Amino acid sequence: MMHFMLLFSRQGKLRLQKWFIAIGEREKKKIIREMTQSVLARQTKTCNFMDWKDLKIVYKRYASLYICCGMEDQDNELLTIEIIHHYVELLDTYFGNVCELDIIFNFEKAYFILDEFLMGGEVQETSKLSVSKCIEESDLMQETMEEYMSKPAF
Amino acid sequence: MPAVSKGDGMRGLAVFISDIRNCKSKEAEIKRINKELANIRSKFKGDKALDGYSKKKYVCKLLFIFLLGHDIDFGHMEAVNLLSSNRYTEKQIGYLFISVLVNSNSELIRLINNGIKNDLASRNPTFMNLALHCIANVGSREMAEAFTADIPKILVAGDTMDSVKQSAALCLLRLNRTSPDLVPMGEWTSRVVHLLNDQHLGVVTAATSLITTLAQKNPEEFKTSVSLAVSRLSRIVTSASTDLQDYTYYFVPAPWLSVKLLRLLQCYPPPEDGAVRGRLTECLETILNKAQEPPKSKKVQHSNAKNAVLFEAISLIIHHDSEPNLLVRACNQLGQFLQHRETNLRYLALESMCTLASSEFSHEAVKTHIETVINALKTERDVSVRQRAVDLLYAMCDRSNAQQIVAEMLNYLETADYSIREEIVLKVAILAEKYAVDYTWYVDTILNLIRIAGDYVSEEVWYRVIQIVINRDDVQGYSAKTVFEALQAPACHENLVKVGGYILGEFGNLIAGDPRSSPLIQFNLLHSKFHLCSVPTRALLLSTYIKFVNLFPEIKATIQDVLRSDSQLRNADVELQQRAVEYLRLSSIASTDILATVLEEMPPFPERESSILTKLKKKKGPGKVPDVEETKKERNSDMNGSTEPASVNSSAVTMSTPSTSTDLLGLGSAPVLNSVAPSSAGGSLLVDVFSDNSPAVASLAPSAEENFTSPRIGSTDVVSDDPAAAVHDADELVDKFVCKNNGVLFENQLMQIGLKSEFRQNLGRMYIFYGNKTSNQFQSFSTAVICQDALKTHILLHLFCIVDPAVDGGAQVQQILNIECVSDFMEAPILNIQFRYGGALQNMSVKLPITLNKFFQPTEMTSQDFFQRWKQLGAPQQEVQKIFKAKHPMDTEVTKAKIIGFGVALLDMVDPNPSNFTGAGVIHTKNIQVGCLLRLEPNTQAQMYRLTLRTSRETVSQRLCELLSEQF
Repeated sequence: MMHFMLLFSRQGKLRLQKWFIAIGEREKKKIIREMTQSVLARQTKTCNFMDWKDLKIVYKRYASLYICCGMEDQDNELLTIEIIHHYVELLDTYFGNVCELDIIFNFEKAYFILDEFLMGGEVQETSKLSVSKCIEESDLMQETMEEYMSKPAF
Repeated sequence: MPAVSKGDGMRGLAVFISDIRNCKSKEAEIKRINKELANIRSKFKGDKALDGYSKKKYVCKLLFIFLLGHDIDFGHMEAVNLLSSNRYTEKQIGYLFISVLVNSNSELIRLINNGIKNDLASRNPTFMNLALHCIANVGSREMAEAFTADIPKILVAGDTMDSVKQSAALCLLRLNRTSPDLVPMGEWTSRVVHLLNDQHLGVVTAATSLITTLAQKNPEEFKTSVSLAVSRLSRIVTSASTDLQDYTYYFVPAPWLSVKLLRLLQCYPPPEDGAVRGRLTECLETILNKAQEPPKSKKVQHSNAKNAVLFEAISLIIHHDSEPNLLVRACNQLGQFLQHRETNLRYLALESMCTLASSEFSHEAVKTHIETVINALKTERDVSVRQRAVDLLYAMCDRSNAQQIVAEMLNYLETADYSIREEIVLKVAILAEKYAVDYTWYVDTILNLIRIAGDYVSEEVWYRVIQIVINRDDVQGYSAKTVFEALQAPACHENLVKVGGYILGEFGNLIAGDPRSSPLIQFNLLHSKFHLCSVPTRALLLSTYIKFVNLFPEIKATIQDVLRSDSQLRNADVELQQRAVEYLRLSSIASTDILATVLEEMPPFPERESSILTKLKKKKGPGKVPDVEETKKERNSDMNGSTEPASVNSSAVTMSTPSTSTDLLGLGSAPVLNSVAPSSAGGSLLVDVFSDNSPAVASLAPSAEENFTSPRIGSTDVVSDDPAAAVHDADELVDKFVCKNNGVLFENQLMQIGLKSEFRQNLGRMYIFYGNKTSNQFQSFSTAVICQDALKTHILLHLFCIVDPAVDGGAQVQQILNIECVSDFMEAPILNIQFRYGGALQNMSVKLPITLNKFFQPTEMTSQDFFQRWKQLGAPQQEVQKIFKAKHPMDTEVTKAKIIGFGVALLDMVDPNPSNFTGAGVIHTKNIQVGCLLRLEPNTQAQMYRLTLRTSRETVSQRLCELLSEQF
């Protein structure tokens, strides 16, 4: 079971955090700090895994963005790399050539997409088609352009 | 760009995010955020009702601010409103905010649960999914209580949409993990198993995760899942890569589902049914065969997915540990990976082989890869991989290759990363002991360890070498010689001085015949290190010296001179000083015979499991230390293996004054003067009791030894028995101290009990003074603090200071009670005092005024904040109100002083009515903090008060109201 997934930049700025376990805010901040520090300190050409306390950390770099997951010991490492990749592909399908800015400005969408894919720290739906369809359907339920234009900016 | 324009987002939000990104400094960012927070606050509080869109936008902004790492203390209510909205987009944002910001014990849960309940009942799959996601994200106990009955129904109902089934399965899984006791097993479980046959692979994927978790806890109940899982797996592995359409991932059919099915099968032994078993073996063979096929794609995703299934299959093969053929094939496959160019695969191969090494079928096959693994240790650039290589060497070690592996590990240790040195040291120490044919090799290895990585050699390691040397007389002379030689080095590690000091003190005589290691040379060598060592080591060396007095009478005078020097006799450290004084005295007054008895050679230690192994297990976590032979012994591991080495025999102990209570608590690092096994076991038993957090706390006798001879006399116990003696009408006494910390607690003709106490956060300390008012002595005076059962888990009490059993007339004695508040509590603990006065036994009990409000920290806040929080705590069970008649004159200043004394901050100018009093504070307990607001409204005409308390916890509100309302 996945305990958490963190997205952060090369500069250590956190872009997304998803927790599948109940822990306090202070503990979360501590983990985030430790994760960004130790993952960013890893050299290139090393493996994508790290031992950390009772967890196995699996991470992968995409351009300036790192995605890092805390997994339980018996979880499958290689498949976790593919969970990360699959999520990136889902973002890519939705945003079209996703970049860090897309995630910053549309963080809520990034959460919704992740929720369609993972739940309770387990893979819920691996079909890219189903996930994309769900997201599209939910987008159709958003306000139309006119509705939006008539709203104040502040 | 996606089909639907992203422009449907919220423009205000985008503008805000750009603003933040354009901030040049942290200060500017904080300024911008504060501006925004003020804006949102005023919007939320404004008279104009906000439309859904604006509410959604502001809640999103708050979420963004929170994700930047700032605290958000409002907006929850608006989010709850949003999730109750009928518009999907509002609902979605509301749920997102709640999922991210609300943790398990929020007071909002009830309101949220209401929204969820409606959505679950809505039969709208999109809404149901949002609700289920929210439950899975928050996962609190209250939610489990509210929904564990409904979710299984949704999961197995025939008309539930597939996507909802998926969510329901994983939601149930989450609740089962957080509150397993609440998830009812029942008729639905058998229907869940059949979801493995579902047509929709997404449903099967989600259901498999759920079944795996449930099967781990109730394997019997889910046994039928084995054959279903095998047939499902078989259909997947034999399918063509296009059969499963979108569930094929880079030409690998349903890798996620395959891995989950293989994990599910790892909950069970090999299938008993021959047909099922055959089919499974076929599957595993197919997976192994596929690994040899040329890849269908060059993409790393293809090989990752394929190998993920392969590694999971190998895990299952190792778990079953029954098919030699498969095990050897698995081993060969992993052997190929050991030299793969992908670092990930090398890492995983090493890891997997570790478990393979413990199977009798494949142990030999694993051993053939030893050179590759040693090579990995030397050449891998990645520390994670090298660590796995160390693990594997440890796992594959046996008598045949121990010397080689230990040598390689020692080699590697010289350059190893600091992060893994301690672990390597432990492993080397264990292997050297386990596979030592010749104990001189063992001693050499440990001394090498200390030389190479002395800082990483923990106490357990050097304790162990001493235990072994003491127990094996064939190695004692060799050890003495070797440590003597090792100590010649100009700079040697302190751990070596410890081992050397101990061994020479016991067995220095075995090498004293050689003029190069005569007694005086031995002594001078040790003493040349003395001044460079820490206090515990020096203490140990002093014990060595007194042992030398016995072993080598010819250097007695030299040693006495050293002991007599000011740097020993007047040493600032009390332990060293004491040892010097006692040893000097012992050496001058005792006859040779007595010395020989007292300072006799240490008796053998009882055989016990190596404490090093225990330590390694603790470091790695259970199950991570593969050991083939040790498993049987593990059950005895409760024996505390860390025998404290000290060189003075037991009879010396009675001569020395009892060691201080800090040693008993295990805080003092100096080796205590208890040496033979029984008394040291007694000591560590006590330490165990103290480190245990169980509410009943053991007796605090002056020392372990004294406890043997004169149990309980004059000692102070904190016991957990039910109070037997009559309790003095206690609540009144307690009430007296609610708003103050010092004063007289109790007084009668015989004695007076005074209190002084101080509290900070969840900790407190109470000084208790007992005054003998008579002119005669109290005898057998003893005290105890009694926690009722209901209280035991809520506060922890430690009574310090030994009271002399005799209290002279007119004298006063003092005790200290340390208090730790674990969670909120109602009752007060009871102090019981017993003594003899004029031949009659006196027994009295008083309630100790330790009340919940003592753990208040005052909180200052503005009027605005106060009423906002007041509103937030508006649920009926959070508020307690009491109207009562004034018992004392209604004096404003006195009332103010009492409220401050109660522990809260008195907030001026908060209440619109100036004659009312308002206060705020936070109760600190170890488990939770409870914010508390109070309002006291006096009515001078009627001589009445109305007291209102609002806290997030019902019990806290009630208790505080009870306490405070007695004060006016």
